[in-house]
Amino acid sequence: METSEPITATDAPPLHRVFRPVVATVVPAAAELDDSAWSELESLVVESLQRRPASVQRKLRLFLKLIQWLPLLRHGTPFTSLDPERRARFLTRLQEHPLPVIRVGFWGLRTLALLGYYGRAGGGREIGYRPDPLGWDKYRP
Amino acid sequence: MNERDYDIVIVGSGAGGGTVAQELATLCADGVRIAVLEKGPKLREDDYTGREIEMAQALYEDGGGFLTSDGSMTLAMGSAYGGSTVVYTGTSLIAPRRVIDGWNVPGLGFEEIERRSKKFMEQNNVHLIREAEINENNQMFARGCRRLGYNAQQFPVNVMGCLGSSLCNLGCPNLAKQGTHRVQLPQAERGGVEVVTRCEVLRLEGKTAVARVRPKHASEKGEPSSWAPGEYRIRSKVVIACGGAVHTPALLLRSRLPASLPRLGHGFTCHPALILVAEHHRSISNFVGHPKSYYLDDFVESEGFVLETCMYFPFTTAKSLSGFGPSHSEFMQAFPRLQMILVLACDHAEPGNRVAVDRAGQPVVHYRFTPAVRKALARGTITSARIFFAAGALRVHVPAAAQPMVEARDADQLDDLVDERRFRPGGVTVSAAHLQGGCGMGLTAVDSVTDSFGRVHGVPWLFVADASLFPDSVEINPYLTIMALADRAAQKIRQDARDLLA
Repeated sequence: METSEPITATDAPPLHRVFRPVVATVVPAAAELDDSAWSELESLVVESLQRRPASVQRKLRLFLKLIQWLPLLRHGTPFTSLDPERRARFLTRLQEHPLPVIRVGFWGLRTLALLGYYGRAGGGREIGYRPDPLGWDKYRP
Repeated sequence: MNERDYDIVIVGSGAGGGTVAQELATLCADGVRIAVLEKGPKLREDDYTGREIEMAQALYEDGGGFLTSDGSMTLAMGSAYGGSTVVYTGTSLIAPRRVIDGWNVPGLGFEEIERRSKKFMEQNNVHLIREAEINENNQMFARGCRRLGYNAQQFPVNVMGCLGSSLCNLGCPNLAKQGTHRVQLPQAERGGVEVVTRCEVLRLEGKTAVARVRPKHASEKGEPSSWAPGEYRIRSKVVIACGGAVHTPALLLRSRLPASLPRLGHGFTCHPALILVAEHHRSISNFVGHPKSYYLDDFVESEGFVLETCMYFPFTTAKSLSGFGPSHSEFMQAFPRLQMILVLACDHAEPGNRVAVDRAGQPVVHYRFTPAVRKALARGTITSARIFFAAGALRVHVPAAAQPMVEARDADQLDDLVDERRFRPGGVTVSAAHLQGGCGMGLTAVDSVTDSFGRVHGVPWLFVADASLFPDSVEINPYLTIMALADRAAQKIRQDARDLLA
């Protein structure tokens, strides 16, 4: 799987299948998104990745594989089969890991998850962020 | 390979390139041919939508996600007609005397920087915005500072017809910000300078720039380049590198220059910055109004940090908060109640912090947080938290704490809660937008890359006119100082034009 081809929204499992549970662990409300919102989220991530060096995409693929299979060592089951609480605990361990490469990898993945979720058109509206080019003319009481 | 001939080629169109282009445009009347080669696109007026990811991808290098080599920091660089002046907030300060004196560049004094900076303050309509147009996010900072006895000062900004969209960092949708894309470049073009966008200079082969013009894809914003897509050899008599503190050193590193420049790429500084966020009990005006009205530099000499007001967008804010999951989401849900402060560490040139190129010639920025920078970020965090609480915040998100959410009742424990060790790769999100150094000015090639006019040592036809000239960090928002130095370089080129263009 470690190729220089870009990750795409239609990437075959396990990569595509792992990314959604990661996003839903980072932003729990993502679990409630419908197919169209997921599609928008993943398109943003894919577009962002396409502008990055191929090496970044390779590292992301590898890191997603690690996330899927590392839990086998502790829990005897892959990441996608863990319950939400265990998924969160596992990702917290990556975030606090003593090895910089693991922390940086998780930081990058978390960044992509947040980019996809909060970069959606609805991502801002849902948290009450409603800027307008008209600025004060729009909002002055 | 396409071929072109000019007398002067300017690489980059930001604060440096735009200024040089305008100041040299008078030469066009004498038949001098000048081209500005800009890697990014020129956006149309209706391209500025204010949508965060869309605009970041259109206007920033790597969509704003350019990482240092160890992944510890994100560097923001504009990539467009106008460079980073399209995406800054227009805050306009003159470099402090102690900084210019500290640079100790022979022939360059504070008075000259001040005089030239004032010229561009006038040209770009720098002024203080009216108090009635300052939003609560900013007012609360000023109020918190007053209560603590700090001296918050208002930023002069270079806007004209600002409606307060708050979207400065995504390119002003009302074209109010007076960056080089609004002032100097149009003036240069009226004077006869040709600006070519989507044109990336790959390397210099002597005085010839080898460049590639990218096609405009259907999904991309902006105008197509005025040149057909393809590779070009652009001959000139003078080259002025204005690609910024990452791309200018990288361009010179991958070029065949007839001089030994051991300091090339060294001395990189960037004001590592931390976005801090606090929650109030009620909604405040934060996503309306100019986002950056005040700064506090009381601690710059004693503790090495400056605080600025700021207001960022949902993804940038989410990225800046530590952790993930329900507590992270809960804080994001409070967006209309959030106040923000930016902590900038005034870093200094250090061995090892430098710009290099990889085997493909792409820039690589090596940067490690020194103990002084970690301490400045930590002390800036603590001071910011005190300001937030003094302004009435309920809780403050402290990313460098084991438990980031600090309630008002725990404000007296801030010194114990903030942990400098958390400023490590993959830890706290740190970003930087004031990229400086790499082609520092000085006396000889032993201690610097250029002389005080930006002329590269040993290469009389090659000039640098951007923030890479700074021998050390400027400790304020840098664009006016860049313009002042670019103005100085342009004056020197005009004075020596007879020899340079012979």
